[in-house]
Amino acid sequence: MNGRFMLDGQPVMFEEGQTILQAAKAAGHYIPSLCWHPDFPPHGSCKLCIVKVGGRHVSSCALQAKDGMEIESNTPEINGERRALLQMLFVEGNHFCPSCEKSGNCELQAQAYELEMTSARFNYFFPVRPVDASHPDILLDFNRCIFCELCVRASRDIDGKSIFALTNRGIHKHLVVNAESGRLGDTDFSALDRAASICPVGVILPKRVGFAVPIGERIYDEKPISLVSMEKER
Amino acid sequence: MSDKPKLRVATTSLAGCFGCHMSFLDIDEHLFELAQLVEFDRSPLTDIKHCGPCDIGLIEGGVCNAENVHVLREFRRNCKTLVAVGACAINGGLPAQRNHLDLGACLQEVYLSRDGIANPGVPDDPELPLLLDKVHPIHEVVRVDYFIPGCPPSGEAIWKFLSDLIAGRTPRLPHSMLHFD
Ligand code: SF4
Ligand code: SF4
Repeated sequence: MNGRFMLDGQPVMFEEGQTILQAAKAAGHYIPSLCWHPDFPPHGSCKLCIVKVGGRHVSSCALQAKDGMEIESNTPEINGERRALLQMLFVEGNHFCPSCEKSGNCELQAQAYELEMTSARFNYFFPVRPVDASHPDILLDFNRCIFCELCVRASRDIDGKSIFALTNRGIHKHLVVNAESGRLGDTDFSALDRAASICPVGVILPKRVGFAVPIGERIYDEKPISLVSMEKER
Repeated sequence: MSDKPKLRVATTSLAGCFGCHMSFLDIDEHLFELAQLVEFDRSPLTDIKHCGPCDIGLIEGGVCNAENVHVLREFRRNCKTLVAVGACAINGGLPAQRNHLDLGACLQEVYLSRDGIANPGVPDDPELPLLLDKVHPIHEVVRVDYFIPGCPPSGEAIWKFLSDLIAGRTPRLPHSMLHFD
């Protein structure tokens, strides 16, 4: 059944089966997200797309739209919570943007710009996470992983290789490579795999293209992610 | 010229490269405007050795040694508004990329076992400040009121921030001036 919900006081029409996020975007209303990708089922792990429905927090990427829902999204309260989620992601990894090849094309950084995060506020963990440069064409820099599982999903569901997985829980959670040695060079991973180009941050990086596009001229240097992502939808 | 008393501004570079100070000078002709509105206390632009009571303190660089801690605390004690300027003050930046290494091993590598070193020996002059085990962003040591990201922030961003603050507006950087790189 199709229907209509109210998003921040504005009516949004939806079709049967659409989630809140899908319907909102289709109607031209941006909701920030990181682990959500139009080619995959919702994952619901980053929580950036939280909205309030009837006073309760829900993941808008996962909840199906229902007729008559009253939804809050772009409010100072919810954007503050989104900013805190980003700040936690920044302190849990090692994000030194000035020396990261993904800078300017990175969705985590772009969301930080979008939500006007000027500092990470919390104390940094400075975890120790050595990089894996064993693959001839791809570098893995684990320092920047936000555990969105997009590479896990792409490698398993599209490439049919299951090269990546997340292991352990809580603060010990980390990305692992499916090889006896744990090294990417010992797998059949290819730079042409879908998983090679899906990472929203600077973990899975092609070699030998570093800084081909100068800093300052990259996707989110010029336009906020809210605009870029809505243009992609069209 | 108004008779409003000038605001006092202090600036310093801790574990930074002076890039943020260079960017500050990049505000070009706005420097004349700024000179009408503020006067400088401790700063590389003056020869004042210790920070006195100030309205605004601008800190470049993170905290990598004991002296940085003392200077930062002196600024916090004296400045009504303390601002972290640039990536290093905000997250430790390039110097903090030593944080996953053992400090002793780092010093050994640089001063003892490096190829072609003439007089091996870790410098131990008592005048040299003791290094901290890890490099920290300044908000982990003192309370910080505002942050201007960038490596360095553009002169434009620094001017937008300062002109907002001096005019009594809440400082806010538009998307075009908010960069982490
Ligand atoms: S992954 Fe993104 S946020 Fe992390 S260092 Fe690289 S550009 Fe910055
Ligand atoms: S490597 Fe990238 S795509 Fe994979 S889980 Fe980490 S952040 Fe997500």
